[in-house]
Amino acid sequence: MSDEYTPENPAPDGEYDAWLDAVAADEGYYLACDEGHGWLPPRRVCPRCGGDLHEESLPETGEVATFTVVHVPTPSFAAEAPYATVVAEFGAVRLTGVARTFEGLAVGDTVAPAVGEREEGDRLLLLEPV
Amino acid sequence: MDRAPPRVAGVGLTHFGVHPERTGRDLFAEAAATAFEDAGVPRADVDGVYYGNFMGELTEHQGHQAPLMAEAAGLTCPATRYENACASSGVAVREAVRTVRNGEADVLLVGGAERMNNVGTAGSTEGLAVAADDLFEVRAGVTFPGAYALMARAYFDEFGGSREALAHIAVKNHDNALDNEFAQFRQAIDVETAVEAPPIAEPLHLYDSCPITDGASAFLLVSEAYAAEHDLDAAVSVTGTGQGGDHLALQDRADLAFTPATEAAAGEAFADAGIERDAVAFAEVHDCFTIAEVLALEGLGFYDRGAAIDAARAGETTRDGDLPVNLSGGLKAKGHPVGATGAAQVVEATRLLRGDHPNSDAVDGDVGVTHNAGGTVASAVVHVLEVDA
Repeated sequence: MSDEYTPENPAPDGEYDAWLDAVAADEGYYLACDEGHGWLPPRRVCPRCGGDLHEESLPETGEVATFTVVHVPTPSFAAEAPYATVVAEFGAVRLTGVARTFEGLAVGDTVAPAVGEREEGDRLLLLEPV
Repeated sequence: MDRAPPRVAGVGLTHFGVHPERTGRDLFAEAAATAFEDAGVPRADVDGVYYGNFMGELTEHQGHQAPLMAEAAGLTCPATRYENACASSGVAVREAVRTVRNGEADVLLVGGAERMNNVGTAGSTEGLAVAADDLFEVRAGVTFPGAYALMARAYFDEFGGSREALAHIAVKNHDNALDNEFAQFRQAIDVETAVEAPPIAEPLHLYDSCPITDGASAFLLVSEAYAAEHDLDAAVSVTGTGQGGDHLALQDRADLAFTPATEAAAGEAFADAGIERDAVAFAEVHDCFTIAEVLALEGLGFYDRGAAIDAARAGETTRDGDLPVNLSGGLKAKGHPVGATGAAQVVEATRLLRGDHPNSDAVDGDVGVTHNAGGTVASAVVHVLEVDA
């Protein structure tokens, strides 16, 4: 890969891309402070209490906290619509991702994280029902 | 703070609507010219321009807008742009109020502008989406309506509620816009029409959503001493200001169905003005989506959590209710040119209090409140306005 960053070859987003790599390898994690507040990287301090952060394993499944089925997407998601955007609780942290299978989806359902690709080539976090 | 609250000396708005052929600078020039004419203040007396704009780089390929807008208004004084998503000109108002109260200026031109329709629905949807967290929301397909839909479903799940209740909010705000010459939508709708409209981001449908709007707002804020010295007819003062903040991404919020940033802004603004909530005669709140009006009324403390969903259906927030909300038509029907909105709320509240707004007859009291929110209320700004009794 060329070192020159172009729209077709964008610069990586540091720890975010590393986190996606980990989720794709079933080695998902989140960042936690000693008070138990959870966050996704990149973070240097806990935004709630200012404490130091350390890595914890991401639970294998989460519970749907809320979701919406999007019919009018942004241009970069045009090929995906309709799709569901899901916010799910994974213990101390919430994740926001896309469910491509959403028929009958309800708050409280169980979802699992995975990394998918969009038609435009970008990766995205999937939270599909299990 | 001991200094006298600043006064609104003159106000101006463009028509809020679809003006894809008009530049942002032209829109702001019109609003500013109207404000100068209304105020009777010479341009030479202006100490600075406090200007709100959100997505000018995306829609007009134009950064560094503040000096451009000062020029358009006929000024070459110091000018600064404020960007806080949909609360951009709300924070411009707040900083202007604080500057005048601090004694650092006597006359400020405050306002905002946004040009959106020239990039179409897809372009404006993309532009608005960047008010969310790029890594963790935009890349998960979050649109602006989608973000509020996530909050609506969380609200329904926690407190109950229905799309019919939300439809009553849309009907109310469309009714309020009927006589407002500046409003984008001046046609009545009924609950059935709103409920049966196509989905945008479920559970929100077309009539739950504000339109894509071009427009500008401006007003002249002056010190009490300047108003007295120049014998200005400036009966409305900004007596309270407050601002609150929250995590940018919904996933990081403590609660998905409440907006602590609004609660904090309101607490600060009401304390600053030294008023109780029952003194408020009307409110202009940030109803970019019908559920946003519900969250605003609960965050402002006018309703307990879970109780505002039925306020419009019960007639409590309609023009003849105890607390009329969005007598201008709100963002929902008056329109939402993002960077212009917060200052436009101050303009509308001023007209309502002065008695020269078509809906002024619905105001029974001397105190109005404006509430302007950024993104999914990661930012909130609240102002209290009072008219000399």
